[in-house]
Amino acid sequence: MTATAPIELVCPAGSLPALKAAVDAGADCIYVGFKNATNARNFTGLNFTAEQLGEGIRYARARRRKVLLALNTYPQTDNWREWTATIDCAAELGVDAVILADPGLMRYATRAHPALRLHLSVQGSATSYEAINFYRDHFGIARAVLPRVLSLAQVEHVIAHTDVEIEVFGFGGLCVMVEGRCALSAYATGESPNCHGACSPGKHVRWAQTPQGMETRLNGILIDRFADDERAGYPTLCKGRFAVHDETYYAIEEPTSLNTLELLPELAKAGIRAIKLEGRQRSPAYVRQVTSVWRAALDRLRAHPAGFAVERDWMATLNAVSEGQSHTLGAYYRPWK
Amino acid sequence: MTRPPMKLALGPHQYYWPRQAMLDFYADIAEAPVDSVYLGESVCARRHELRLEDWLDVAQVLADAGKEVILSSLVLIESESDLKTLRKIARQRDFRVEANDMAAVNVLAAEGRRDWIAGPTLNVFNPATLATLSELGATRWVVPPELPRAPMAALLAAADPRPEVELTAYGRLPLAYSARCFTARHFNLQKDSCEFRCLQFAEGIPLKTREGEAFLNLNGVQTQSARVYNLLADLPALRAEGVDVLRLLPQSEHMGEIIDTFRRAVDGALPPADAFAATRAWMPEAACNGFWHGQPGVEHYIAA
Repeated sequence: MTATAPIELVCPAGSLPALKAAVDAGADCIYVGFKNATNARNFTGLNFTAEQLGEGIRYARARRRKVLLALNTYPQTDNWREWTATIDCAAELGVDAVILADPGLMRYATRAHPALRLHLSVQGSATSYEAINFYRDHFGIARAVLPRVLSLAQVEHVIAHTDVEIEVFGFGGLCVMVEGRCALSAYATGESPNCHGACSPGKHVRWAQTPQGMETRLNGILIDRFADDERAGYPTLCKGRFAVHDETYYAIEEPTSLNTLELLPELAKAGIRAIKLEGRQRSPAYVRQVTSVWRAALDRLRAHPAGFAVERDWMATLNAVSEGQSHTLGAYYRPWK
Repeated sequence: MTRPPMKLALGPHQYYWPRQAMLDFYADIAEAPVDSVYLGESVCARRHELRLEDWLDVAQVLADAGKEVILSSLVLIESESDLKTLRKIARQRDFRVEANDMAAVNVLAAEGRRDWIAGPTLNVFNPATLATLSELGATRWVVPPELPRAPMAALLAAADPRPEVELTAYGRLPLAYSARCFTARHFNLQKDSCEFRCLQFAEGIPLKTREGEAFLNLNGVQTQSARVYNLLADLPALRAEGVDVLRLLPQSEHMGEIIDTFRRAVDGALPPADAFAATRAWMPEAACNGFWHGQPGVEHYIAA
């Protein structure tokens, strides 16, 4: 690897049309999941069958792009074989890497498919080089995806102390909590990202127009209430308004998206190898739009590293598809914490 | 085969108290009927009323009082200074260590430690992961609260080797960790200049829904359940599944009474239902036990 190795653009796809849209718009890698609880976007109507994945891999490979399979939930004793069978299937279909969080599954993969490339999922909660090097030394992971909790300086420090490639989130829905260390959804609904691949799942959501306004509930728990002039958002439980002491506000986080476009030169300087866009649950149109913007930005950075500037159109496009139509630099910008 | 009686462990303190309040609390614990005590800062690296050296002093006092002392590592590791503290904890040989992050596992394994505790945030959900940690020296496993009874039993039935099993049985549940400090946010402060506001709240800050229902509890970078996880009434089921150690998480008042009640229930001197009823008056909020029953954690079930 040289200092000038290009940063890979890693884009989401929840369906074959989205995968093709990502490839056509300039993604280097497309990450996908199977139609079951083995991945952290286990939503109805989303994700791939083995046949669809095979077709997706052929489409991407013909255009020299890579397909990564996210298998980033934690299997339990009685459903273990569903996860290992999915790894077997991924290896057979020839995915370029599997993205895992569970050490037990990594152990299985290294023994059953020694040639299969492993990436450490953001759900693995590895926030330091000591943690990342643990997965490298025991399972040979080639890349780690960092949780969205580190500042830019901390990302740089991690990269300086490991030879594992580092991938960071660049854009999309923002988890405020350390991924893999959040049981809020399990507490409220019984279903969690860790074990079920879903946060604040739709089947527990109720919308009700009341005299006080539009109320959104999760398993009966009031997450927010909206006045007539407010746009009612999906009740992701950490993005509701709650009362703390005498103040009612977004006590945990506003409904907002992560957008690090303006940090791209600094992230590149820090030595990241890949940048990830969130949103496997989003439409092919979203995938095409955000992939196009980030492709243009990465190409611009590569051509003019010194004079990189964010175009107003890029920001407008990204803001239009962002949660709450607003964005934040998240933890990369230290005062956010 | 008769099992040894269940042990009681006082889990790591989740809150940030003034130095003297913390020292007084553990002076009382030296006299309390718990077998093990977890010490150290596991929530926020900025908290420094007690530094590692102070925790080691407390540890020695408790060890002299006959307690098994375990040092808990930080859950969310962000900086080199966090790693330095972690290495110091791993290198001391007087006390066992609870690993709460894979960085801790890596450091403990590198130190050749063969006696550590796999903490509840390591996400152990299946036998292959547990075996990996056992091979690296974990001898006790603290079950993640979100893992219910049935899958826990299935995991233990397949575990080889079977570690000592510890289950959180009392306290507000640590549910999530963030780089953001929600206590600082409440006061419109940044984390780096938080003025250590956590010191003002002995048990965090209640977060309620807009209709006044207690839902969560803000404790710096940690978010807890508002309700108190309480498995006292489920004691026969815990015993049937072979749970070896019950973890009780510290709270600011009535901790002595709560420990005594668990002790009497575990020893068979008090029926579990009566023991549970007795703790009602000492809980800061309503009880919950949904996780154990495979339901949303917030819910409460009367033991069958």
